Amino acid sequence: MTCEELLKALNDYVDGAELAEICEEFAQHLAGCNPCQVVVDNIRQTITLYRDGYPYEMPKRFEERLTQSLQSRWEEKFGTSTEYRFRPE
Amino acid sequence: MDGKVSMTGKAELGSQRPRESTEIELLHRAKNGDFHAFQSLISGLQPRVYGLAFRILHQSQDAEDVTQQTFMSLIEHLASFREESSVATWALKIATNHALKILRKRRTVTMVSMTDMTGEDNYSDVPHPEFIAPWSQTAEVIVARSEFRAELDEALRELDDKYRLVFVLRDIEELSVRETAEALDLTESTVKVRLLRARLALRERLTKKFGDAMQVMIPDHNHS
Repeated sequence: MTCEELLKALNDYVDGAELAEICEEFAQHLAGCNPCQVVVDNIRQTITLYRDGYPYEMPKRFEERLTQSLQSRWEEKFGTSTEYRFRPE
Repeated sequence: MDGKVSMTGKAELGSQRPRESTEIELLHRAKNGDFHAFQSLISGLQPRVYGLAFRILHQSQDAEDVTQQTFMSLIEHLASFREESSVATWALKIATNHALKILRKRRTVTMVSMTDMTGEDNYSDVPHPEFIAPWSQTAEVIVARSEFRAELDEALRELDDKYRLVFVLRDIEELSVRETAEALDLTESTVKVRLLRARLALRERLTKKFGDAMQVMIPDHNHS
């Protein structure tokens, strides 16, 4: 496997796809290619930063407004919770 | 940046995890008209949908509009929801659809999810990593510092829309490749190529910021 081929297979490797052949070739290449090792580490860190790092919180005023709007729409559509009963067609 | 951030909120909501019986119970109670069950079902999803919309659109008013439209859509279509995916995946797909409409309004010429016209949806000419260095900061340190979080937001904002959409859905929200393709009306192979380009572009940008300048490596793409 060349660096070029490694780049194309990088998603599957980083995502943990169970492709034994790719994994073995990938590991062999990484063992002898320090720059590619670092690139793979960098990409894993990049994903971790965005995935686990910092979810957004909604503005409090919007959260309150949203709850009110949803409740109003719910009651328009279904009535109060005791009035509406969904029946599958 | 208008959105506040925290270190909590998403861990239990991954769409790939098995659906818990509580979600199914809440869903059935909601389908029977129980608003409180509906509220419980969506309470953890609201910041997630808002975050998705904010990361795609970078504008708090638009993110609020998308969030409201998404949960209104859930109410409208609750009775016909076939439960073939988790509620989270369903909501994220709806939110993506609403966000795409706003992106298309902003860009009357370029359609975000249309077939690639630039020839970039294949692996030839994928940019090679150029600035290669191990990072000098850990992920925990980076997300703990607000100026670094601003850097992450800026890096994401600078990605082309078509790459950012795929990265947000696949890598941040953890939709599968198939679910990402469905949400964006793309083929799975296009999603994979765009994801690779997104990851490489973000890596390049963030490594220039966080890479250890004393350990920069010279790429050697010619060896086998």
